[in-house]
Amino acid sequence: MVFHWEVTVKRTTLRTSVFAAAAAAFVAFVAPAHAAEIVGLITKTEGNPFFVKMREGAQTKAQELGLELRTAAGKFDGDNDSQVAAIENLISAGAKGFAIVPSDSSAIVPTIKKARDAGLLVIVLDTPLDPMDAADATFATDNFKAGELIGTWAKDTLGDKAADAKIAFLDLAANQPTVDYLRDQGFMKGFGIDIKDPKRYGDEDDARICGHEMTGGAEDGGRTAMETLLQKCPDINVVYTINEPAAAGAYEALKALGKDDGSVLVTSIDGGCPGVANVKAGVIGATSQQYPLKMAAMAMEAIAKFAKDGTKPQVDPKLGFLDTGATLITDKPVKGVESITSEEGAKLCWG
Amino acid sequence: MSDDVVGVKAAERGFVGGGADVASFEVDHRGPLRQLQHFLHKYPTTVPFIVLLIGVLIFSVAAGSRFFAILNLSLVLQQVTIIAVLGIAQTMIILTAGIDLSVGAIMILSSIVMGRLAVVYGVPPELAFLLGLLTGLICGLINGLLVALVRLPPFIVTLGTWSMYGAMVIFVSRSETLRQQDVAAAAPLLQWLGSSFKVPIPGWGTAIITYGSVLMILLAVLIWYVLNRTAFGRHVYATGDDSESARLAGINTKRTLIATYTAAGLICAIAGWVTIGRIGAVSPLAGQNANLDAITAVVIGGTSLFGGRGSIIGTLVGALIVGTFRNGLALSGVEVLWQEFAVGALIIIAVTIDQWIRKISA
Repeated sequence: MVFHWEVTVKRTTLRTSVFAAAAAAFVAFVAPAHAAEIVGLITKTEGNPFFVKMREGAQTKAQELGLELRTAAGKFDGDNDSQVAAIENLISAGAKGFAIVPSDSSAIVPTIKKARDAGLLVIVLDTPLDPMDAADATFATDNFKAGELIGTWAKDTLGDKAADAKIAFLDLAANQPTVDYLRDQGFMKGFGIDIKDPKRYGDEDDARICGHEMTGGAEDGGRTAMETLLQKCPDINVVYTINEPAAAGAYEALKALGKDDGSVLVTSIDGGCPGVANVKAGVIGATSQQYPLKMAAMAMEAIAKFAKDGTKPQVDPKLGFLDTGATLITDKPVKGVESITSEEGAKLCWG
Repeated sequence: MSDDVVGVKAAERGFVGGGADVASFEVDHRGPLRQLQHFLHKYPTTVPFIVLLIGVLIFSVAAGSRFFAILNLSLVLQQVTIIAVLGIAQTMIILTAGIDLSVGAIMILSSIVMGRLAVVYGVPPELAFLLGLLTGLICGLINGLLVALVRLPPFIVTLGTWSMYGAMVIFVSRSETLRQQDVAAAAPLLQWLGSSFKVPIPGWGTAIITYGSVLMILLAVLIWYVLNRTAFGRHVYATGDDSESARLAGINTKRTLIATYTAAGLICAIAGWVTIGRIGAVSPLAGQNANLDAITAVVIGGTSLFGGRGSIIGTLVGALIVGTFRNGLALSGVEVLWQEFAVGALIIIAVTIDQWIRKISA
């Protein structure tokens, strides 16, 4: 007992001093170095290169404009609680505004309202809120259009053979988040498939659709999903993928079954650097590139302007958001769609 | 397979025969259900085998020849390889009445260390590979030390290290994916487990088997041998069954725990190697669900979360069950959400059967 007691005392002392040091360091860290306006950037996760690039863009722009940028991210895709806490922290810090990529488009809305009521400018990036006008402005890729670009490319590349194509859809997740159905349905529209309900995939009855499998937006999911669909329809010749990691995984499955001879068209969306390199290597036929760096930089500019004279950014009244653009990247261009080569795309890529 | 049953420490004291004799004496008084219960208690691994068999039968009817093609079945084997290897590590931990939530993070961290050292920093692939394995081993060792020496609950320890190793994944990888072509150019060794060979089976077709799947089976046999035929293995079971009694019986339970977590960490690193083989690339995004999928395989394979009871073979079959159901349901045209539903139901059924079998020993 005595021995145990001594150990406890020692531990407590150690712990106290560690805490004291940590607290001192923390105070030094959070104390403002100068009185710059505070702005925030909240992303879904730390890990995704898309958000890493977004943060880089915001950081550069904030420095240029003399703003103090505070960043935060959820622990995983769909982590609403961390984002709520991050917004509350920005409100207490007296931030002028922030940009956020919402993990949960609906659940975050009440907290966004609280921030706007407190006088902050809220700009939503990449994934629109539900309802979209719950934010001051939305800067995003038109994901439906991005899908349409690759769908049209695939149709025009096949020409007459598009009528009896067999298409594999490698989607994101079974709960069909916004970006998932927008890209999928955009592709279908571009390819000339009757999409029925545009807010849902899986309700179509076009015989050219082999099926929809989920990838989680990663390589391992992409490979398994492709293998499964190839077993279902060995004659697949067009593959739609939600993003480029999923496309890379799908290609591994095609390769393992000796179908990497160019007889299967693989299409994707994102325009990350590994993805663009895969277009050059012939792994991906075409991809739609989006511009996260631009989104974040534009948001920082908008908040700086708002802090200066109170003007809010304008968005496209028809779309309801400001389209930051999507460009088709392919080395096999077709007449119907404007595109740039993988070499040009590599200069603009992220991640 | 009778090694699976409880009473390990009893076995070590030489009491194992007692229980069996009493059971045979009462055999005439039992109904068929009780007899089944006793049979399963004696051979618990038969449960997952039966479930797998039923699954194959159902899908052979529902999805027809597409499912029961040998090519498709060999694909299922490829698909479950990562989870099965991870499941082997998880089984060892769960047998000690622990849990390791960090297996998926260790797997990805190890694969990224291997990949980045070889591809980005130009370290010889063989050395990069060994350093990757070492990374997994150290991660496991840290878990083991915290569980055994600091005496924190395994759930808490690995919940914490899961976050820490996950953060290291982001730090080391810089959230960048190394493309398949870049890995192939710099370090083909890392992709070797993804290469395959063909096994023609007359009248049925051709199976494609990857070296990763072969390694999985060899690893399972090795760990099965260690757990069932060596003193260390029996100590693992005994520690999980009743840590205090094991300690009183002279087993160094701390050392056993540290060794188990360390070995599990190393196996996770091997799973990372398998992952590179399967996806070709080195990606920080891979294996997001691997953690829970591995636990699912262990549980469906009949290993008790309370420790001391279960087997490696069960886990292998558990992983195959999940793979077979997902594949079979997909080929039958069932939507993904119902595939998820089915896997959830399998877990509940597996644990229900496990509890029912356990009642005998109570």
